Amino acid sequence: MKNWRHQLGIIIPVLVVAGLVLWPVITGNNLNRETSFTILKAIALASSLNILLGYTGYVSFGHIVFYGFGGYVGLYFVNEQGWSIWTGILVGGIASGLLAFLLGKAILRLRGAYFALATIGINEAMKAFANNFDLFGGPIGMVLNFSVYKAYGGAAKALSMTFFIMAGLTFAALIISHFVRTSKFGLGLLAIRENEDAAEVMGVVTPDAKTWAYVLSAIIPGMVGVLFFFKNGHVEPPLAFPLNSSIELLVMVMLGGLGTVLGPILGAFAYQGMRGYLVTSDFFKDIQLSVSGVVLLLIVLFIPAGAVGWLRRRIPALRRVLA
Amino acid sequence: MTVILSIQKVSKNFGGLQALSQVSFDLPEGQILGLIGPNGAGKTTLFNAINGVYPPEQGRIIFRDKDITRSKPYHLARLGMARTHQIVQPLNELTVRENVMVGACFGRQNMSLGEASDVADEVLEFVGLTARFDQLAGSLNVTQKKRLEMARALASRPYLLLLDEVLAGLNSSEIEAMTMTVLKIRERGITIIMIEHVMKAVMNVSDRIIVLDYGQQIAEGTPEEVANNPQVIEAYLGDPKLAERLMEED
Repeated sequence: MKNWRHQLGIIIPVLVVAGLVLWPVITGNNLNRETSFTILKAIALASSLNILLGYTGYVSFGHIVFYGFGGYVGLYFVNEQGWSIWTGILVGGIASGLLAFLLGKAILRLRGAYFALATIGINEAMKAFANNFDLFGGPIGMVLNFSVYKAYGGAAKALSMTFFIMAGLTFAALIISHFVRTSKFGLGLLAIRENEDAAEVMGVVTPDAKTWAYVLSAIIPGMVGVLFFFKNGHVEPPLAFPLNSSIELLVMVMLGGLGTVLGPILGAFAYQGMRGYLVTSDFFKDIQLSVSGVVLLLIVLFIPAGAVGWLRRRIPALRRVLA
Repeated sequence: MTVILSIQKVSKNFGGLQALSQVSFDLPEGQILGLIGPNGAGKTTLFNAINGVYPPEQGRIIFRDKDITRSKPYHLARLGMARTHQIVQPLNELTVRENVMVGACFGRQNMSLGEASDVADEVLEFVGLTARFDQLAGSLNVTQKKRLEMARALASRPYLLLLDEVLAGLNSSEIEAMTMTVLKIRERGITIIMIEHVMKAVMNVSDRIIVLDYGQQIAEGTPEEVANNPQVIEAYLGDPKLAERLMEED
């Protein structure tokens, strides 16, 4: 009974994402599929960032580095070494996880603003590295051989397949997020978020817990990177390491609600919806990012707990359902 | 009697300030040791040294036959040492029960979430916070937060409990209740070191008292011996009559 209640928190997130996956399938519309892909990608990335930002309380301004790095590594093996997309995705995830592990050992001892600054530095350093690394094509990047798609029944079929892989990765991100949130490991992370010194005194092995949180938050972005560049057909440094996307992810998580499974999903939905409107509007299309900035400011000032946090606080009965 | 904690010539400086100098004592299992001294005497620094927050520059600390001088706080928690903080450190956005579960999960017995939840309920009952289990810790008042600190520490099933001014800021009936709680904790076989300014309480509860002043250990003995030690009265209280008045107070 108790265990069953624990699982309640995952039901709404799974239903929302399932609806999002089914929508283009039912309507059979390719444009809807593209929209859905973009939102799923945002949900997967935001949910991953939430493990670090929402559960552990560490602000990463450069989280997109894992998406870019994993994507580069995976695409290299798919394109240059002829590996399948499946192994490519796996390798991309592992590469990002490893990067996070090493970085974690180095920079997770920093707290607050110092950590946040270090993450920006890492993103820029990685971009500079990709720009100068010949194996990854330097500033030109890598262009996927069109023949790679043949193995998957041509470009159209490959595109449709990437959509379902994206859906799978998004579900995986949700399940990881839910598992962390309801586990003992997750309780340790929440303790670190609330008061790292007190958590240490209570026995949370903070260096290890933080490192694993960082690794867990990096794996799915690495996989998503491989998939996206595979679908996109090419990768280049500015596409792989866009700092503004890191900040957009922060806005999504904050908007929906830090430290909840559902929050990043709602945040990704709302943000992508807003972005879709802004980039197509005559007035806002050039200043789309400044609107995001204002939104972030308003959230921090007025609803720091985000939409889900706000609801949980207002209506305690919802606490069990909106985990 | 087995010695649970042995402090051997421990010294600690902060810059030019000698916060602790050559502090030594042995603590037998099952006792309550009172640690007193004026503000800035080094009491909390000694806790931080024992607890691994600031390792000492010199000396050794032996806990249950293990040298723990350079151990980290989280290792010590696993070995069975728990503490409360002078300035309460609640995990504000977690519920009272979750706070206590953190102590249980990551303490000596390395419990699962299920076990920790049962232990949390039991410990919350013991410290009298059962009614508030579902409240966010940040919404408690100071007395309740102090009890929460104690509950978290107890949930880790420690051998040794370091209590840093759990009575400060409480009114006299609350002090009485808290004192009873401390005695009940000892009945469970837990050894206690308590830093305290409320003289009457610490004199009543402690088996032995150590007095620190400017990082020096100036006296050690039973409560009576310490209270009548002229050096303590002079160095610690300044005015001998003040000592008597403090004993009457509260």
